[in-house]
Order: sequence, then structure tokens, then C-alpha cells
Amino acid sequence: MEKENKPQDIPVVKTKNFIAPENEKRTVTAPDGSLIEVDPINDYFCQERPEEYKVKSGAVEKFLNWARAESLWVLGFGTGCGSIEIPPLVTPRFDMYRYGVQMRPTPRQSNVFIISGYLSVKTLKRAIRSYEQMPSPKYVIGLGSCTINGGMYWDSYNTINRLDHYLPVDVYIAGCMPRPEALLAGFAKLKELIKAGKAEKANEYIRNLDWYKANQKKIIKDWNMPDYNW
Amino acid sequence: MDIKKIFQINNDRSSYPEIGEDGKPIIDLSSHKYVKIWQGPQHPGVTGNMALELTLSGDEIVESKTHVGYLHRGFEKLMERRKFIQCFPTCVRLCVAEPDPNEYLLATCVEELSGIEVPETAQWLRMLVLEMSRLQVLLRGVPGQAGTFALGLGYQWGSYIRDLILDRFEELTGGRVYHMYILPGGVRGLLPDGFKKRLEENLKLADEFVKNINDLMFNNIVFKKRAKGLGYIPKDYIDRYGVYGPAARAAGVMRDIRKTHPYLKYAELDFEPYTTTESDVYARSVVRWHDLKMTIDLIRQIMAKMPEKGEIKAPTPNVMHWRIPKGETYVKCESSRGEYGMYMVTDGSDTPRRVNLKGPSYTHANALLEKLLINANIADTAGIMVSLATCPPEIER
Amino acid sequence: MQQIIQDIESRFTITDKETRRNDLCFLTVDKLQAISLVTYLRDYQGYASLTLLTAVDWIEEGNFQLTYLLNNPSTRTEIGVRTMIDRENATMESTHHLWENIQTYQRELKEMFGIDFPGSPRIDEDFILEGWDNIPPYRRDFDTKKYSEETYFPRPGRETNDPSTYMKSKLYPND
Repeated sequence: MEKENKPQDIPVVKTKNFIAPENEKRTVTAPDGSLIEVDPINDYFCQERPEEYKVKSGAVEKFLNWARAESLWVLGFGTGCGSIEIPPLVTPRFDMYRYGVQMRPTPRQSNVFIISGYLSVKTLKRAIRSYEQMPSPKYVIGLGSCTINGGMYWDSYNTINRLDHYLPVDVYIAGCMPRPEALLAGFAKLKELIKAGKAEKANEYIRNLDWYKANQKKIIKDWNMPDYNW
Repeated sequence: MDIKKIFQINNDRSSYPEIGEDGKPIIDLSSHKYVKIWQGPQHPGVTGNMALELTLSGDEIVESKTHVGYLHRGFEKLMERRKFIQCFPTCVRLCVAEPDPNEYLLATCVEELSGIEVPETAQWLRMLVLEMSRLQVLLRGVPGQAGTFALGLGYQWGSYIRDLILDRFEELTGGRVYHMYILPGGVRGLLPDGFKKRLEENLKLADEFVKNINDLMFNNIVFKKRAKGLGYIPKDYIDRYGVYGPAARAAGVMRDIRKTHPYLKYAELDFEPYTTTESDVYARSVVRWHDLKMTIDLIRQIMAKMPEKGEIKAPTPNVMHWRIPKGETYVKCESSRGEYGMYMVTDGSDTPRRVNLKGPSYTHANALLEKLLINANIADTAGIMVSLATCPPEIER
Repeated sequence: MQQIIQDIESRFTITDKETRRNDLCFLTVDKLQAISLVTYLRDYQGYASLTLLTAVDWIEEGNFQLTYLLNNPSTRTEIGVRTMIDRENATMESTHHLWENIQTYQRELKEMFGIDFPGSPRIDEDFILEGWDNIPPYRRDFDTKKYSEETYFPRPGRETNDPSTYMKSKLYPND
């Protein structure tokens, strides 16, 4: 992927720091009657910056990559209309379990995030949170034309045009709507990349975190979460 | 610190939420009696991409709010800057589960405002496509109701037959999910050779599925115990809250546009939508099961009665310069969820002035769902939501 | 249908009427009479079900058109009540006491057109958009293409042609 604007070109857009009512500083009464000062943003969320993954030496890394490639656990978050073609994958006709791919209900258990189609700004905020909560190693598949260049909604005021400006994408699957076979081909391609050690986009996200955050904050007007959602 | 005091559980929940003077419950989150939980947008138990903000007392819901807008693409705005023919590929993507009613509504609006008569063969083909589309939704929807009560087997069966129906769609229209088969003035093509025979083979499988799902769902004690008496809709809610389709028919009110306002050639078909009066989740899934059975029967009737050959498209003006005189109209059809309507205003230019789509989910998922979830158990949320057949993309468009 | 329209005309000042089909007609009334006509239709003529409430932006005339589409389940007919409100100071009386489901429509209109319905429940909460700080998007003077190009990094390489001139140049290159 070539970036038209390099990370240092875009200044960090200063957004109004909007804090949701449940995240405001407050005093809470404990059940035994004592008073506790709570500052949710600092107390409940980790403020550390993430660190890059350091590649292990030769054979160890190869073994790890093989293990990663053979068990892709997908986060069950249907962000757009592409999610209609994911249920057939679970049924016997396409059966993605035989490739070691399965759906998980929570980001904490999954390492593949399928952005299934268009992302509205409201969903993008949740998608970023879900992505950052996933444990490393993690990969993103952009499903459908909408993630590539906006697709059908290229001139819409509420959907993003290029997913790779907001989240790092490892594999794109083109089409509207891509067939389940195309999704399986996408998984095969992702496995190939992982085994070759080239699925490095999660590291790139951490390396260019400021650039990604600047892009994200440009369109998410009510940014009311920490910079990195652990 | 008094440990006993912390773990003291008050089992008597009859006293709260206390009702205030204005008749609304007083919910104070800092009193430790309530907890606020978001179900969605990233949750396997919600239909599509929407969120429910639930306030719980124990596991009982005392307040619920629906949050939509996660799938908003601004269709109505986008269609205002596209020519009429360009609206079709956009419009079909309004609701992904059942795309064909969108095409039909837009085509009918355009035809009605510009005064085009649709040839007879095209009307039968449109009806066939609409019924096939309803069939593929119900093949997922009926067992999906059991899926919300952790009975996932029927969903696997249904998805398999749905895939076969989608193969027939591919044969007929070229598209698996989005078809764009209905155009203003008619349809895009006649049936391919041997199509009826192959569809009939799939319908035989669907027949078997209907029988099996009856044994699986409606004779299942877990499903019966959980679904009976859940999510009751009183009859007077029908007009006040806007209840359509299977949900209204489960309450004993005949709401089926195919029967009450026959469009296309539905008047020539022989069918009687099923109604019952129990009006709970169980009754709604029984109504949808009967719908599934009726749809298979309707497809057979259509295939038997439709003419083999004939004109399929009325002549239309050059679509690039098509100007429609000033006017406004509202057309509706019956989707698998209920009345599905489109309101179109034109101003004499080559783009629509305003298009507004009204689906049954708009009222089902907002005012009605918020009301029905109160006093329900949190484990039954998904069951109630699926029984109303909410489809988020048609709420926010 | 004709009887009902005559009956309405004897009670309200109908400025314009348009019969679209046998079961659908549109009536235009003054802003002040709209709510009473809707209430009359609901309570005395059996138009108990609200099909939709929506707005149309007539920017040239400086008006918003509000359409209340009512359905009578027993006679199976529909009446659309149209009323014009001023675009500058767009306010309309709320009708949330008539139907429980109308508050959703009113919230959407508030957000998408900027039409205020004072007193309607949860009217000021975000409905579809989140943190929107531009003019309401469904207004005609909001340019969605320009906004999208400025905000969402369009991928270079997209060619956009005007369909009519492009088709003409392809099909009839000699003209």
C-alpha cells in the first residue's frame, strides 16, 4: 500500500475533548459508606502506548506463523451488509471450520476482524475499539468494494471511503457482494501472507499510530475514549 | 468494612423500580439496585448492527432504549443526486436480507408517476421473484427464532436450502444476493430453460424442511416453555405503535398487503394468510412458519399459471434523459416482515426530489421493542427482537 | 373516498387536493389546521394507523413540506395530509400524544432536516448521526459529494462521467 500523505504530513487535528457523562470525575459512595474519588478515564483505562511485536529468530517464528495461520478466529461483528454472506460459511456447503476458521463472539478471543462492507462514522468508532481490544497477532480483512474506495457509497456523507486510512488492512476482497467462495479465497491469501511472515499490518498500525489517530479523530467528532483502547 | 452488608442480596424486587408522580419509574443508577448494560452493536444476539441500552434490576429489564444509526448511509440523500435509472443499483442495497421489494417499490413509483403499464408476463415474473425472495428470508428467519433460544440446528438446515434458492436467483438474474432484476417498465429477462424443474426440486427440499422444522421447533419443550407468553402485544397496540405483517396477524388482525390491497397478480392466486390471537413470540413464529408454507405453495401456483412467453418490458423513454412530471405517490408491498412502502416526490427534473422508505422495522424496533422489553428477562431480549423481524438497515437507511 | 373528502372540505380549508389512486389522495392544509385535521381523521374517520411522517425540502420556495400519511384499515384507503412550514424557523407542533410511534419520526426529522417538535420525547437526543456539526444532511443545500471528498480521503483514480454525455460520446461519436 502506498500512502499519498506520509505520516508526518498530517498535523494532529485537535478535537474538542468530549467526555461522556459516565466518564466524568465523580465521588462514589461505597456500600460501607466511605467516599471514593473516581476518575474513569485514568482509573479504568490503560493509558500506555502499545509496543511493536519483535520478530523471533528463524525457526521459532516460522513455527509460530504456521500456528497462527492455521487457527484464524473471526470476530462476529457484522459492520455492514457483507455480514449476510458470513452465515453461509458456517453451514456444511462452504464449511470454513475445515480451514481452522471460526466465529467468536468477543474481541478478546479473536484475531481476525472482517470489516464487512461500508463503515459509517458511528460504526467506525466501535470498530476501532473492537480492533484495539483484540489481542495481538491480529489481522483485518476488508470485505467488499466499500472498504476499498467507498463503492456504492463513494459520495455519502456518513460512510468512509478508504478503510486503510483508519485501520490497517491485510487483505481486501473486492466485489459487491463478494461470494462466500471469495471470502474463502481471502482466508487462503491471508494464510499465505501469515506463513510468509508478511502480515505485518498490525505492527504498522502501532508504528504509525499518530497518523492513524489523526485520521480517526478528524471524522469522529465526539472522541470520548482513551487514545488506545486496551 | 462490613462484608455482610456488601453481599446482602434483596430478593424482593416488587418494591422497585418505584413509580414517581409522573407515572415513570425512578431509576437511580448510583443506588446499586440497577445496572446499565449495552447489548450491541458488537453482540451475537442482536439482529444486524444496532444497540440496545438496557437498565436491569437483577436480570429483569426496567428501561430500554434502542440506538440505531450504525448502518446509516444516507440513501435518501444519495438518490436525490442520481438519475432515476441510477437509483436502482443504490436502492437495492437498502435491505440486504430481502433486496427485491426495494427494486419493486422504486420501479412501481417510477411507473406510476410516469404512467407506464407493465406487461402481463413481467408482472408474473416480478411476483415470482418477490416470492422467492420472501422464501429465502423465511428459510433463515423461521429457524432463526429457535436459534435465539440456543437451538441452532434448524438454522443450518435452512441456510443450506436458502443457498440453493440463491443459486436459482443467480441463474435467473446473475446476482446471488443483489439481483437488480426488476427495472422500470418490466423485468430484465425470461426464465432460463429448465428453471422451473430445478426450482421445483429445491421446493421439494423446502417442503421437507417445513415438516422437519415443525417437529424441531413446535414440539420442542424448551422452545415452547420459553416462547409461550413472551413479548405479548395487545390488540390496541396495532394502530398506536404501528405493528405490521406477521406480528399483527399473530394478534388476530389481518395485515397482509397481498390480501388487503392486491398488487401485481395476487388477486388471481388462491391463498389465505394464517392468523391467530395468542400474540406472543410462539404465535409469531407459528405465523411465520405458516407464511413459509404458503410461500412455497404460492411459488408453485405462480409457476403453474404464468405465461411461458410474452413481452417483458414496456417501452420507456431514454433513461439518461428521463424526466418525470411533478407529483407524489406512496406505493406498498408485503415484505416478509410486513408492509413495506415507498414515498416518492418528483419535481419535473431527472432526479427524484425526495424518496422515503418506510419499513415495518422502523416502528417495530423503536417504540414497540422499547415497550415490549420492559419487565422481560435479559435472556429473552434476542427472542423478542427476532420475533419482530427487525432489520436495522431499513430503519436508518 | 369522495364522501370523506367532501366531509373534510366542509370542515377545513383545503387549499389543494390530488387524487393519485382510488385508495390514495393528498390534501394540503394550513399549518394551523394540520394537527386538528389529523386528529379528526384519526378519531372520527377511522384513519387510525399512521403510515409515515416525512418532510420534503422545497428550497426554492423557502418551505418544508410535512406529509402525514394515514391509513384506514377497514376501508383500506390512505390520506396524505400535507402542510407547508417555514424553512427559516422550522417548528411544528408535536403529535406524540396521538401515536406512540410518531416520536421516532419526529426525532429523525429534527436530526435530518432540523425541524423542531417542541415537547416530543427524547427529541434532543442523537438518533442516527453522532456528533454531527454541519447543517442537517437531508436539506437540499447540503452537498454530500463535496462533504465526502473533503472529509473521507477519496481513493485517487476514480473517473466520474456524466452518464448522458458519456453515453452520447460512446454511442454516437460523430455527432
